[in-house]
Amino acid sequence: MTSVLEIDKLTVSFSTPDGAVEAVTDVSLSVEAGECLGLVGESGSGKSQTFMAAMGLLADNATANGHIRLDSMDLLSASEKKLNTVRGERIAMIFQDPMTSLTPHMKIGRQLAEVLIEHQGVDKETGRRRSREMLDRVHIPEAERRLDMYPHELSGGLRQRVMIAMALMCEPEVIIADEPTTALDVTVQAQILDLLTEVKDDLGAAIVLITHDLGVVAGLADRVAVMYAGRIVEQGTVADIFAAPTHPYTQGLLACTPRLDVETEALVTIAGQPPNLQNLPSGCSFHPRCPHVFDRCKAERPSLENLSNGQAKACFRAAQEAAE
Amino acid sequence: MWAYFTRRLFIAIPTLWVVITVAFFLMRLAPGGPFDQEAPLPPEIMANLKAAYGLDQPLWWQYVNYLGNLLQGDFGPSFKYKDFSVTELIGQGFPVSIQNGAAALFIAVLIGIPLGAMAALRQNSGADHAAMTVAMTGIVIPNFVVGPLLALIFGIWLRDTMFALPVAGWNNGALPNRILPVICLALPFIAYIARITRASLIETLRTNYVRTARAKGLPFRMVVLRHAFKSAMIPVVTYLGPATVFLLTGSMVIETIFGLPGIGRYFVQGALNRDYTLVMGVTILAASLVIFLNLLVDMAYAWLDPKVRYE
Repeated sequence: MTSVLEIDKLTVSFSTPDGAVEAVTDVSLSVEAGECLGLVGESGSGKSQTFMAAMGLLADNATANGHIRLDSMDLLSASEKKLNTVRGERIAMIFQDPMTSLTPHMKIGRQLAEVLIEHQGVDKETGRRRSREMLDRVHIPEAERRLDMYPHELSGGLRQRVMIAMALMCEPEVIIADEPTTALDVTVQAQILDLLTEVKDDLGAAIVLITHDLGVVAGLADRVAVMYAGRIVEQGTVADIFAAPTHPYTQGLLACTPRLDVETEALVTIAGQPPNLQNLPSGCSFHPRCPHVFDRCKAERPSLENLSNGQAKACFRAAQEAAE
Repeated sequence: MWAYFTRRLFIAIPTLWVVITVAFFLMRLAPGGPFDQEAPLPPEIMANLKAAYGLDQPLWWQYVNYLGNLLQGDFGPSFKYKDFSVTELIGQGFPVSIQNGAAALFIAVLIGIPLGAMAALRQNSGADHAAMTVAMTGIVIPNFVVGPLLALIFGIWLRDTMFALPVAGWNNGALPNRILPVICLALPFIAYIARITRASLIETLRTNYVRTARAKGLPFRMVVLRHAFKSAMIPVVTYLGPATVFLLTGSMVIETIFGLPGIGRYFVQGALNRDYTLVMGVTILAASLVIFLNLLVDMAYAWLDPKVRYE
C-alpha cells in the first residue's frame, strides 16, 4: 500500500516576542488509504500543529519547513489558491470544538452545501439534496428539518455530526480528526467514535485521529504515533504499542489511563510537567520526568529508530540494558 | 417579530412620559427664567409677561397644561424666538439637520467599514498603519478645528479654482453648500467606524468557525464576506445607534461654523435662554430618536445573530 499523506521532516516554529518556539520538530509520518493513524500526546506536544500545517491553517506567526505530500502535491509549498483546490475536497478536517466551529449566522444546510458548490460546482438544489443525504448518513434524525436550522439550535453531539458530515461532503481521501470527542459527553463520545469507524470502513479514507485519549485510539486506530515536546517518541501498531510500549513516556501514558478492572487507590500520573518549548531540557526532552533516566539521556538526544517488528522508538534504554 | 416591534413602540410611550416629566421639572429647578435680562425688567412688565405665558400658574398646573397641549401635538410657543412656535422652529431646522446628518452617516458607513475591513485584512502592514493613523487623527482633531480649516482651504486658498466651495449658509440646500459641513460632520465617524470594524473583523477572523470555513477550501474572499463579516458587524451596529441620534439631531458646532439653520444650536441656546418649551421640544425629539434607533439596533442584532430572537 502506498501512503496518501506523507509528512517528511516537518518542523513548525512560531516567532513570539520572547523568541522562536519550535512546536513541531523533525516529524515524519504517513497514512495509507483505509488506515487510521492515532496521534497521541499531551497538550502542547505539537500533535495538532503538525496537521494544521498540512491544512495550511497555521497561525500567521508560524513557519513550517519540510514536506507534506498529498500524492505528488506538496501542501507546504502550495499557494493558498492551490491549497483551496484540495482542502475540503481531498483532505478535510474535523475540529475539536463543535460548539464554536460552525458559523453561527448560517443555516446548517448552506454550510454543508457550500463545500460541494465550491469544489464540484453543483447547483443549490443538488447541494441541498446531497447535504440532506450526508446528514442521514451521519445518523442525524430529521435531516430535512435540520438543514434549515442554525448551529445553536443543535446539541453538541449533533453539531459534531454536522462537522463530520461537512468533512465527508466531497468524500476526501484524508480526514483529520482533531480531538473529535473531547468536548462531548461520554455517551456521545462513543457514538461519534462509532460513526468515525463506520466512515473509515465505508469510505476507505485515511483517518488521522489526534487525541490525548488512549482509549479512543485503542478503539479506532490501526497505528499509533506518540508525540512528546514536538517530536515523535514512539510509533507502531496499536496492538504492539498497547501490549509492549517501549518508550517510558508511552508506558507512563498507558499507566495513567484509569481502568475499571483494576482497583487502585489513587490515579497514576507522570511526575513533573510537560517541558517549556522555549527552554527544552538537554538530551532527551523527557529525561527530567523519566523513571529510567541515566547519564546518556541528559547529554544526547535519542533518534527515532526502527525496531524489527515495525515499531519505532526514540529511547536509549534498551541499548543501555543490552550493554549491561 | 412584528408583535415584538409594536410592543416596543408601545413601551416607548411611558418611557417618553418619564423623560418629559424629568426634563420639565429639572428645567424649572435651574435658577433664572426666560425673561431675565442684564437690566431687570420692571416688576409689572415681568408679571404681565409671565401671565401671558402662563408662568404665573402653579407649577403642577403648568405641567398638566403642557402635557395636555402635547397630546394635541402642540409644543407651545417659543419663549425667546417671538412669534414662533416650537413646532415651527423644529419644523424648519430639523429637515436641515436630518439631511446633513443622514448624508454624513451614509458617507461614514460607506467609507468607514471598507477602510476598517481593508486594514483588518492587511493587519500590521503599512496600509493598515496608515489607515489607522489617519483614523486616529480624524478622532483627535476636534471639528471646531477641522471646520475652519476646511473653510480656509476651500473658501480661501482654492477660491479661484474649480474646487472652490461656499463656506457658509444653507442656500436652500444647494449641493455645494452641503459638502463642507457634511464632510466635517462625517470625518470623526468614518474614523470611529473604521477602527471598530478593524478590531471586530480581526477578532472574528481568529474564530474557530472562520478556521472551519478555510479548511473547507473556500476562497479567502468568500470566507471573509460570507463567514466573518456578519458577526464582525455587531459592534459596528451597536455604535451606529447612538451615532445616528447624534448626527440627525445636528451639531451645534458645525451648524454655527457653517451658518446652517439646523436644530443643533437650539439644544444649547434653548438651555441658556431658559426657553422652556424649546428645550422640552428638542428633548422629546432626541429622546424619541434614541428610543426608535435602539429598537432598530435590536432588530439588526436579530438579523446578524440568529441566536437573538424576539418573541
